[in-house]
Amino acid sequence: MSLNGWLQIALFITLVLLLARPMGSYITQVFGRRRTLLDPILVPCERVLYRITGIDAAHEMRWTEYAGSMLVFSAATLVLTYLVERLQHLLPLNPQHLPGVESALALNTAISFTTNTNWQAYTPESTMSYLTQMLGLATHNFWSAAVGMALAMALVRGIARRESKTLGNFWVDLTRGTFWILLPMSAVVALALVSQGVIQNFKPYDSVKLLQAQQLVGSDGKPTTITTQTIPQGPVASQEAIKMLGTNGGGFFNANSAHPFENPTPLSNLLQMLCIFLLPAGLVVSLGQMVGSPRHGWAVLAAMLIFWFAGTLVCYWAEVQPNPLLHGVDQHVSMLQSGGNMEGKEVRFGIANSTLFATVTTDASCGAVNSMHDSFMPIGGMVPMINILLGEVVFGGVGAGLYGMLVFVVIAVFIAGLMVGRTPEYLGKKIEAYDVQMCMLYVLIFPLVILGLSAVTVLMPHLGLSSLSNHGPHGLSEILYAYTSATGNNGSAFMGLNANTPWYNYSLAVAMFFGRYMMIVPMLALAGSLAGKKIVPASAGTFPVTTPLFTVLLAGVILIVGALTFFPVLSLGPVLEHLLLRAGHTF
Amino acid sequence: MKKHIITACLYTASTAILLGVVYPVGITILAKAFFPKQASGQLIVRDGQAIGSRLIGQPFDSPTYFHGRPSAAGVGYDATASSGSNLGPTSQPLVDRIHASVQQESYGMPVPIDLITASASGLDPDISPAAALYQIPRVARERHMSRTVLQQLVIQHIRPRQFGLLGEPTVNVLELNLALDQIK
Repeated sequence: MSLNGWLQIALFITLVLLLARPMGSYITQVFGRRRTLLDPILVPCERVLYRITGIDAAHEMRWTEYAGSMLVFSAATLVLTYLVERLQHLLPLNPQHLPGVESALALNTAISFTTNTNWQAYTPESTMSYLTQMLGLATHNFWSAAVGMALAMALVRGIARRESKTLGNFWVDLTRGTFWILLPMSAVVALALVSQGVIQNFKPYDSVKLLQAQQLVGSDGKPTTITTQTIPQGPVASQEAIKMLGTNGGGFFNANSAHPFENPTPLSNLLQMLCIFLLPAGLVVSLGQMVGSPRHGWAVLAAMLIFWFAGTLVCYWAEVQPNPLLHGVDQHVSMLQSGGNMEGKEVRFGIANSTLFATVTTDASCGAVNSMHDSFMPIGGMVPMINILLGEVVFGGVGAGLYGMLVFVVIAVFIAGLMVGRTPEYLGKKIEAYDVQMCMLYVLIFPLVILGLSAVTVLMPHLGLSSLSNHGPHGLSEILYAYTSATGNNGSAFMGLNANTPWYNYSLAVAMFFGRYMMIVPMLALAGSLAGKKIVPASAGTFPVTTPLFTVLLAGVILIVGALTFFPVLSLGPVLEHLLLRAGHTF
Repeated sequence: MKKHIITACLYTASTAILLGVVYPVGITILAKAFFPKQASGQLIVRDGQAIGSRLIGQPFDSPTYFHGRPSAAGVGYDATASSGSNLGPTSQPLVDRIHASVQQESYGMPVPIDLITASASGLDPDISPAAALYQIPRVARERHMSRTVLQQLVIQHIRPRQFGLLGEPTVNVLELNLALDQIK
C-alpha cells in the first residue's frame, strides 16, 4: 500500500461526503414537489408526458396500487427490451449486421436490465447493435434507477407520514426522478467523460493496420498472420454516464469500465466512482431531512462508512500481497510500478484504484468493474462478494440501498427494543409483529435464493460445472459469486464462469427476478403499514436513532445477519483458497 | 387494471424515445461539437492510413519493439472481444502462463509484474515505467542503439499521474514504438 494510494482513496470519500448534503437537499426538493431551478424547462415536459399517458398527478396511491403500477411498468419495459434484442437484425443502427439475440440470452438480458442488475452473459461488442444498446439497454438504466428511487421515497414517506393510507404516486415519482435528477446529471457526466476520451458516435467499427503484424498458430496447426485490428465504436459515453449514476453497471463493452473506451483516464475513473455513490449518499441525507431528523440520516451514513472503509482496507491490503506461487517476478510496490496482483488489472488504475472501484461497485449495487474480480487474491475477491452478501446496504443501489438499509434499521430498533423489554419504536412509530415479519421476509428471501441455487448448481454436475474456468475452491467462488451478484441485483461477476448456457441464463434470470420483486413487495407492505401508524411521543425509554450507539448497533445487526448466514459457504470458497494458496497448492 | 396497463405502455413508449433516442443522439451532437477527436476514438493516422488508436493496445512480440502486456482478448488484442484471463491466483494454467512469459522477457533480473500479467480489458495500451525501462537492454541490443538514447526516449514517454495525484504513471506502448521507429 502506498501513501499516494491512500491519498486518492481519501480524496474520493471526501468528495462523496461533501457532495452528499447538496445532493440530498435537491432530492428532497424534487420528490417533495418543491420549486427547483430546472422547473421552467422541466415542468412543461412533465405536463406533456402526463397528458400523453393519462396520468393524474394529484392521485395518491396505497401501497398495493403503488406496487401494482411498478410491476406493470416493469413488465412493459421488459417486453420492449426482449423484442428489440430479438429483432435487432431487422431494425436500424446495426452497422455490424449483428443477428437477433438468441431467446434464452435475450430473456436473461431483459430481466437483468429491468431489475437494475445488468448481469451480462454476452460480449456486447459482438452481440448487441447500437440501437439495442441505446433503446433496449440504456433506457433501463434510467428506468430501473428511477424505479429504485421512487420505491425508496415511498418507504421514506411511509416513515414520515402519520395515519395515512397512501405513499405517493408511482408515476409522478418515476417522472421526477428521471427528469429532474437522472437525465440532466447524465448529460453533464456524459460530456465530461467524452472530454476524457470515452467515445460517442454512430460510426461502423474502424479497421487499423497493425504496426507489427502478429504471427499466430491457428487451431488447425497452420500459421496465420494478422495485420489489422478492428476498433469498435458506438454511443458509449451517453450510456456510460447513466450506467454509473443509476448504479446499473452494464458495460457497452465486455471489459466494462476496464475498457479504455469506457474508462480511459484516472480522472474518468474517479468520476465514475463518484457517480456510483452520489445518489445513494444523497438519498440517505434526504431520508434524514424528510423524516425531520437530519442527524438520523448522518447516523445511518456513518454505519455505511464503517463498512466502506473496512472493505477498502482489506481489499487493498490483499491485492498488494505478492502471489507466493510466482518466481522471477518483481511484485513490489515502487515509484515505477504499482506492483501487487496485476493479473486482470489495468496499468493506469494500478492496485489502489482497482480495489477501491471493486469495493465501491459492490457496496452499491452497481456491478461495473474496472478490474477482473475473478483474478483477485482469495481475500481480495471475497470483499466484493461479502459486500453484496451483506445486502448492498453500504450506500447501496440508487433507492435499493436506502430501502434495504431501512429494513435493517427496523430490525436493529426491534432488537434494541427486545434488549430493554419495551415495544420498539422507530421515529415515533411502534414496530409491531407485522412489520418485523415483512422485514424478516425481506432478509430471508435473499440467502434462500443465493444458497439454494448455488447448492443445486454444485450438486448437479451436468448443469453447470463445465462452465467453470477455475477449479478447486475458486470454482465454488465463481458459482457463488454468480448467484450472489444476480440475487443482489449487482451484475459484476467472476467472469471466468461461462454463464451463457441455458441453465445459467434461466436460473440467474430467476435469481434476479426474485432478488428484485420478491424483496420489493414486503418492503412496500412495510411502508404501507408504517404510514398508517400514529406517532407515539418520545419518552425516556425511546431508543434514540441519531447516536453513535445506534450506528454501532445497526452495523452489528448487518454484520451478524450476513455473517451467520454466509460464513459456512465463504469458508469453503475464498477462505479455503487463501489457506491453500499459502500452502502452495494449485488447481 | 386495464387503465394501468395502458398507462404503462404509453409511458414506456414515450420515455423510450426520449431516453433511448433523443438523449444519446443529443449527446452525440454535443460531443462532436466540443470534443470531436475524443468522441471518435483518437485514431492515429499516418499517410492517410489509420494505424491504431491511442487508447487501444496492439500486440508486440518482436524483440525489436517494446512489448505490451499479455492479452486475453480473443487471440490477443482483439478489440472486438475485450476480456481478462479471469484466472484466479491458485490456477495452475495462470502460474504456467506467467512463468512462460517470465522466460521470454527475463534476462536474470526479476520481471516487473505488469509486463507478464494479462490486463482486465486485454487492450491495455500502457505498461508501467518499470516495465518499459526493463526492456531497454533487449531493444538496444536488437536495434544496435545506445541504452542512453532509449532511456531518454522512455523517460520522455512516461505519462505521470493525472494532476500529479490520480492513477499511476504509465507508458503508452504504441506511441513509444512509433517514436522508436522514427529514430534512425
